Amino acid sequence: MDMRRRYLVDRSVRYLLFFSALISLFIVFMIGLFTLREAWPAFREIGLLSMLTNSEWRPGRDQFGLLAMIAGSVWAAIGSMILGVPLALAGAIFLAEVAPVWMRGIVRSSVELLAGIPSVVYGLFGMVVLLPVIRKIPVAGNTGFGILAASIVLAVMILPTITNIAEDAIRAVPREYKEGSLALGATHWQTIMGVTLPAARSGIVAAVILGVGRAVGETMAMIMVIGNSIVLPRPLNSNPLTLFLSQARTLTGNIAVEISYATGLHEDALFATGVVLFVLIMIINSSANLLIRERRR
Amino acid sequence: MRYVLVSILLSASMLLAACGSPATPAPGAGSEITVAGSTSVQPLAEVLAEAYMGAHPEIRITVQGGGSSVGVKSAAEGTVDIGTASRTVKDEELGEFPDLQVFTIARDGIAIVVHPDVAVDGLAKDQVKGIYEGSITTWSEVGGPDAAIVVVGREEGSGTRGAFGSLIMDDEEFAMVGTAILQPSNGAVRTTVSTTPDSIGFISFGYLDESVKAVAIDGVEATAENALGGEYPVVRPFNMLTNGEPAGAVKDWLDFILSEDGQAIIADEGYIAAQ
Repeated sequence: MDMRRRYLVDRSVRYLLFFSALISLFIVFMIGLFTLREAWPAFREIGLLSMLTNSEWRPGRDQFGLLAMIAGSVWAAIGSMILGVPLALAGAIFLAEVAPVWMRGIVRSSVELLAGIPSVVYGLFGMVVLLPVIRKIPVAGNTGFGILAASIVLAVMILPTITNIAEDAIRAVPREYKEGSLALGATHWQTIMGVTLPAARSGIVAAVILGVGRAVGETMAMIMVIGNSIVLPRPLNSNPLTLFLSQARTLTGNIAVEISYATGLHEDALFATGVVLFVLIMIINSSANLLIRERRR
Repeated sequence: MRYVLVSILLSASMLLAACGSPATPAPGAGSEITVAGSTSVQPLAEVLAEAYMGAHPEIRITVQGGGSSVGVKSAAEGTVDIGTASRTVKDEELGEFPDLQVFTIARDGIAIVVHPDVAVDGLAKDQVKGIYEGSITTWSEVGGPDAAIVVVGREEGSGTRGAFGSLIMDDEEFAMVGTAILQPSNGAVRTTVSTTPDSIGFISFGYLDESVKAVAIDGVEATAENALGGEYPVVRPFNMLTNGEPAGAVKDWLDFILSEDGQAIIADEGYIAAQ
């Protein structure tokens, strides 16, 4: 009798856990299906190819090109990588290899605190603090709003993601590697650069890719600092770096800014924007997963 | 097991997808009034609905958004009792739906605002048009200092953008200069203009405050009196539409809105009374 009860409890717990896991699977599946269903008329009437290759977005005139927004998202992500990755990696190396124990706790918890700050607060900080500073750069057409402001805000926002995962990857490098290197007479720094980082490479790359995914998906802070202009970002003068002072609009921003008034095909096109974003982030995340799996092997 | 899982997912999602299609509200059910349309009219309509429901607890009024075009269409097709539009009802629309009754319940001015430090107090309508088309790019071209104009606007689909388009740009679906900073609400436009030097934007009269400077258009100050008198050129109507003559609770509510009490509420909310 007792045996039977234990067996029943065991089995019901197993099913309970199974269904809990099923729910998140179900939710992802539903969101994907629903977005696709709503976007379908747009794909049918406008065509995926024309959406991806046209840079004119003027719903009132039935022009639904997403190229400008794709470029906006990509440039903001690139900018945030340039600024954020070196910082995050240096932080990860410091936490995993250099920092004394008491300091590790302080630094790690403050990095984790960054992850807890709501996106809208980053946006507000960007608007009030960053924009006036960027506006001082003497380039004609510079309004402060633009990819540079977006990149700086994003760089801070992805810092915790990259730092945490990269630190784990560095910690996972077998002790023997380091010991071997040090025994051969390499210094601590030489060991980090020559042995530890190469051994943790795939994990670090995965960390960066997950950071990119987070950057591409960010919405609220972007709306507040990037200007939401529908233009293909291009340099403001002969210096190619002024591209980062150009205003832009991200894919996420396109949806968030326009959804409240959109009807008919316009609304469908915004759902199609969501599908493009969904696929983009799925590709980014699965390539990160692939790299992590490769590391385990 | 895997087969079971896939079929559970599929059947459940189909079920939910089927539930997703919008239900059509029953038209004119007597004790319930359904309203849909312009999101600019929505907050005002909600206040008017609350005031009316306070005195008539047996009536339930639900106010939805959707946009002015949706308001016209749903009123004409009878999916709602009252449609709202924050613009003039177009002749084509009246031609297509001859039974539409239009009640102008209020007026709302759109102010052209600039950053408080911009040394320009007035613009001609054509100058505003030039700025938003992109043919005028510096303040010196309109009598101001030698600085580039930062254009701030609303996103496509916005009723305020549409009204600005038809009143200033002579085209509701005008092409705004590509570098314009676009913000998703009246409040966001005001914040952007107030914090960005050399910027210009447009907002509803209801959102005006001292953080931005409203410029005179063709020499007429952006005030409620000038809008009421018809001198200020950028004024749009807030319309409520019914299909055929209103009756019952719908008529009673419209009468209340157009009464002295209703119009006083409208003036209190910062809009211009229609009567």
